[in-house]
Amino acid sequence: MIELQNVSKTFTLHNQGSAVINVMSDVSLSIKAGECVALTGASGAGKSTLMRMIYGNYSTQAGKLLVNGVDVASAEPREVITLRRETLGYVSQFLRVVPRVPTLEVVCEPLLMIGQSRDTAEARAKELLTQLNIPERLWGLSPTTFSGGEQQRVNIARGFVHTYPAMLLDEPTASLDARNRAVVLSLIQEAKARGAAIVGIFHDEEARSAVCDREIDVTTFSPVAA
Amino acid sequence: MTPLLSVKDIRKTYGSHIGCTDVSFDLYPGEVMGIVGESGSGKSTLLSCLAGHLEPDQGAVNFDTRDRGLIDTVQMSEPERRMLSRTDWAFVHQHARDGLRMGVSAGGNVGERLMAVGDRHYGDIRSKAVDWLERVEISETRVDDRPSTFSGGMQQRLQIARNLVTGPRLVFMDEPTGGLDVSVQARLLDLLRGLVRDMGLSAIIVTHDLAVVRLLADRLMVMKSGRVVETGLTDQVLDDPQHEYSQLLVSSVLQV
Repeated sequence: MIELQNVSKTFTLHNQGSAVINVMSDVSLSIKAGECVALTGASGAGKSTLMRMIYGNYSTQAGKLLVNGVDVASAEPREVITLRRETLGYVSQFLRVVPRVPTLEVVCEPLLMIGQSRDTAEARAKELLTQLNIPERLWGLSPTTFSGGEQQRVNIARGFVHTYPAMLLDEPTASLDARNRAVVLSLIQEAKARGAAIVGIFHDEEARSAVCDREIDVTTFSPVAA
Repeated sequence: MTPLLSVKDIRKTYGSHIGCTDVSFDLYPGEVMGIVGESGSGKSTLLSCLAGHLEPDQGAVNFDTRDRGLIDTVQMSEPERRMLSRTDWAFVHQHARDGLRMGVSAGGNVGERLMAVGDRHYGDIRSKAVDWLERVEISETRVDDRPSTFSGGMQQRLQIARNLVTGPRLVFMDEPTGGLDVSVQARLLDLLRGLVRDMGLSAIIVTHDLAVVRLLADRLMVMKSGRVVETGLTDQVLDDPQHEYSQLLVSSVLQV
C-alpha cells in the first residue's frame, strides 16, 4: 500500500548561508494493507519529516514514494489532492481549521469533499464525536476555543470519518486521558481490521505495543549515522 | 482530462519594464490556484491578462468553452470575450465598489447579471437574487438597499453573489479579503470554501496573504519580479519551500 524506494531528503536553507542539511538518504520500506508500523527514534531523527514526505507535505529530493500506486514525489498537485481526499488520511498533532466553522462541520468535511450526502456525513460525524466523548452541546461551536485534548479528539474524529485505505498518525494519543486513549486505539484497530495500512508516531509505548505490528527506527536512515 | 484553462507563455511589459513574463500553466476543473508574491511582483498584471482586462504582448490563454472546446481568449473578438466574462467567468475585485454598481439596489446588482444572460421574468430574477443574498448571508430585508449603505464585508459578499449567480466555471479573485477586518475575513473565507466545494468551481486567487491561500488554494505559484519562481502543492510550497525567495516569503510571516 505504501512503498518507499531509495528516498532521500535534504533541506537547503538559502537565507542562512545556503546551509544544506541531509536528513535521510536511500530509504526503502514498504507497508502492507492491514499493517500498522511505528516510526521510532529520538526527537529530531526525522520521524515527522518522513511522514510529511509520504503525505506530500514535504518535497522529496530523490527516489519514489508510492501510495496506492501514485508516486507522491513526482505527482501533479491535483493527483496528490485526489489521493489525500480518497486514499491517504493524515492526523496531525495540531488542529488547523477555519475559525468560526462549527465542530460538526469540521468533522463532516472530508466526507462532503468526496461527494457523500450531508445526511450520511453528519450521521457518521455524530457517531464519531459521541464515541470520542465530545459533548453534544459543543458540536455547534468552533473547536478553536476547545481545550487541547478536545481539539485533538476533534482532529481524530475528522481523520477517521472517512475510511481511508492508508493513514498517517502523528502522535494520535498524546495529551489524551486513559478513557479516550482506549477509544483512539480501538479506532486504529478497526481501521487495521478493514485493511488500512497505517504509519504512526507513538511516544506512548503502551499504545505503540497495543496497535503496532512492527517498528522502524528512523535513526538508521540518517546519512550521519551511516 | 482537458484543462479548463491552459496558459502558454504569457508576457506583458510596460515599456521597458517587465510586468510578467514566461508564465505557463494548466488549471483543471475544480482546482483552486493561488498566486502569491510581494507588491510589484506581477501577480495582478498576470491576473488582468488572464481575465482579458489587459492584452498580453504575447502568449495564449486557452479556455475550455462549452460549445467549441479550447479557444484562445486573447484572440477572441471583444463581444465573445464579454459574453464569456458574463457567463462562465467571474471576477471578484479587491475593492467591492469596482465590481458593483453602487447606485443600484443589492437585488438589482445580482439581477443585472442574470438579465445579461437573457433572464427576463422579473419574479424569477428577484427570487434568485434573494436566494443568493441569503447564501452570502445578507438578509432579505436589505434586497432593495443600495450597496453604498452596506459595510465593507457585506459589499464584498454582495460582489461574490453578483459574480456567482450565473453559475460560472472559473472565478478570478484579486485580493478578495484584502482590506477587511480579520473576523470578516474568516467568515468570507469559510463562505468561499463552501461555494467552491458545492459548485465545483475553479478559481485563481491573487493575494499576498499566505493564510488565505493555505485555506483556499490547492496549489500555489510564487512570483518575483514578473517571473514564476516556484509552483506546487500549497502546503508543500508553504512548509518546505525550495526557492530562495519563497523561503524568505514564508519565513517573513509574523506569528500571531
